[in-house]
Amino acid sequence: MAHSEDYQKLEGKIFTKSFFILLAVVLVGFFFVGVRFVKGIGAVSNMSDGYPWGIWITYDVATGTAIACGGYAVAILVYIRNRMQYHPLIRSAILTSMFGYGLAGFSVMVDLGRPWNAYNFFIPSKWQANSAMFEVALCVMAYSTVLIIEFIPAILTSIENSKWTRMNAIRNWLHPRIAPDQKTMTDTLEAVRLGAAWLKPRLNKVLIFFIVLGITLPTMHQSSLGSLLLIASTKLHPLWHTGFLPLLFLINCVFIGYSIAILESIISCFSFHRPYEVEELSGLAGLVPYVTVIWLSVVIGDLVHRNQLNAALKWDFYSCFFMAEFLLIAVGSLLLFSKKLRRSPRWLFVSASLIVLGGALYRFNVYLIGFNPGKGWHYFPSFGEVMVTVGIVALEILAYKVFVALFPVLPSAAGHGRKAPGRVQAPAGAPQREADFNGTLSPIPVQYKTAIETQN
Amino acid sequence: MKNTSRRDFLKLVGASGAGLFACAGAAQAHEGMRINNDELGMLYDATKCVGCKACMSACKRVNSDYGSLSYEKAKFDSDGLWDAPSDLSGSTRTLIKLFKESAKSWSYVKYSCMHCQKPSCVSVCPVSAMTKEPVTGIVDYNKNTCIGCRYCQVACPYNIPKFQWEKALPQIVKCDLCKNTNLREKGISACAETCPTGAIKFGKRKELLEEAQIRLKDNPDKYIAHIYGEHEGGGTNHLYLASMPFNKLGLPDIKPEAPAEFSEKIQHTIYKGFIAPVALYSALCFIAVKNMKGNQGKGDDANGKDHHKEDK
Repeated sequence: MAHSEDYQKLEGKIFTKSFFILLAVVLVGFFFVGVRFVKGIGAVSNMSDGYPWGIWITYDVATGTAIACGGYAVAILVYIRNRMQYHPLIRSAILTSMFGYGLAGFSVMVDLGRPWNAYNFFIPSKWQANSAMFEVALCVMAYSTVLIIEFIPAILTSIENSKWTRMNAIRNWLHPRIAPDQKTMTDTLEAVRLGAAWLKPRLNKVLIFFIVLGITLPTMHQSSLGSLLLIASTKLHPLWHTGFLPLLFLINCVFIGYSIAILESIISCFSFHRPYEVEELSGLAGLVPYVTVIWLSVVIGDLVHRNQLNAALKWDFYSCFFMAEFLLIAVGSLLLFSKKLRRSPRWLFVSASLIVLGGALYRFNVYLIGFNPGKGWHYFPSFGEVMVTVGIVALEILAYKVFVALFPVLPSAAGHGRKAPGRVQAPAGAPQREADFNGTLSPIPVQYKTAIETQN
Repeated sequence: MKNTSRRDFLKLVGASGAGLFACAGAAQAHEGMRINNDELGMLYDATKCVGCKACMSACKRVNSDYGSLSYEKAKFDSDGLWDAPSDLSGSTRTLIKLFKESAKSWSYVKYSCMHCQKPSCVSVCPVSAMTKEPVTGIVDYNKNTCIGCRYCQVACPYNIPKFQWEKALPQIVKCDLCKNTNLREKGISACAETCPTGAIKFGKRKELLEEAQIRLKDNPDKYIAHIYGEHEGGGTNHLYLASMPFNKLGLPDIKPEAPAEFSEKIQHTIYKGFIAPVALYSALCFIAVKNMKGNQGKGDDANGKDHHKEDK
């Protein structure tokens, strides 16, 4: 189960120019978080009693967790549908899920008016099973924990193989009086290494049960994110208010999850100058249109069932947003039906972006755009509000960049890299890895192939 | 292999879709909700109201400490001589507004919590900070439990719960029928006690409905022939009579089915006895473990899918 050979650390510097730019954005965001805690939510945001949920809930929680569903969607594929060839994608998908959910949790804490009372979620006498929010909160907390457990093997591998050079450098840099004794430190680190080596096989044995929990929990809370708005029957526009909200949100997160896994792989390969994983991605992309077609049929079927089809074709404010959401997803899926386009990273990128945008717009439509509390209420996010969200996203990217350098997360280029017909050449200046590719179209990585050949 | 799994996958999706279809169907079959007419409430008669706002000032005087209310200054009033809230807010629980359609057609209207028979805010509060008292029917708020998620604000069709946006330690503000102040001391809410024209009548829902029907019968020309709150959203304990259509007074048209009934039915169908999640987890565990064993068992045969089985 370890599959450590599938993954590798990204070589290269951590403290690059983009690191510091992202850091600056994060600091601006956290400045506004500070203002919010000192002067109240009203001082930073444009939320009002009519629009009590702004972009912090709509983007960071409702949309952010869907975008963080890559781990969920890929785990279904690998462990339930038994497609082990996608396994190399899963660790980076889980890492983004971990940050996505962790930061959604963080922005909830910024958004909550009385966060110090949040402990009430753990007091059974306060539980309120009728509330979709209660279900979402518990599931998201549990899922974040599960994601951390799923990621631990990568950390353990790192601990096992680490030479602790940086740690030793810090120790040598410290004044001898405050620096820990060399021998004590070596002993402690050795103990940590042994502990990691002891824990890893044991964790790997039970890991599958956590992985399955990591599939069950998102199924529950992603549908409940849709249930959250069921109650707003007088406020949510009839185009979106339906008893199918839970089902639509669930399917929505699955196709967003796959599309994000595709986007993330393409973007990280592009920015880290690694070869594109065209084999895996085109296979993954082949699934997306089937899921979106189910979603689109439920949407249309439901509109017909509730006699709201003419509301969709009215071309007023709401109808336009509905059409935008619908067409983005439909066009993105149509592109993916073509086998040829599926093998081109550029078209994969375009179609996956369209689908993610459409899926995210659906969630915005349900939470904000289609939400009308009555006359006289308006909402558009303030600068500070947007910066808090942007800061949180920047933190996510920052942490991703640091983690892929510290831990073996990205698919190992030597492990499964190969020259696929549609593969785009790495940009100029990329480290020369061409020698690593075995130049065949075989889906079997070279080291296994040789192993199989020698056995035969 | 690929085709089989795709079929399985579609089957799975189809099955879950059918399940949800069934529950959405169940939700539409509206069962009659039991209404408790012994709960406490108020009848506001807009035709009797003269807009003196004595109820507003009494409410604030009585509840300012307990309910975290404060006076709101108007822009023109730099000395703070008047309390001039423009709407219900984090400082104001009840409010009188004037709706003027023309010189002849106008009406006052009083806003405060409707104390629903099946309150949305109680249904959605994740930590039971919003509660409905079983005997009095008062919808009460406990700031010591509230996490400030504002889901009650999203859920309330009347936009009653208000949040203190400008405070670092905010809370929700809404009418509790003077439960801890005037009602406990004098057995009547402060607004009803103060009203000089008898526009606010305090009592049990049963008596209020009877009174309202008598008034409608005696003066059919004066009123719109409808008691607002009798059936709206499953029924409310705060009832209204008026001479103008209620939606013009800012009271929304709401179907007789309580919004909370609809959402709870779907939520309950999905999570009944927690059976579905447990079943889903067990089924997925079974499949995943089987897949894993299958991958290990096949050993080194040249199946491309199994090239990750080695343990380290």
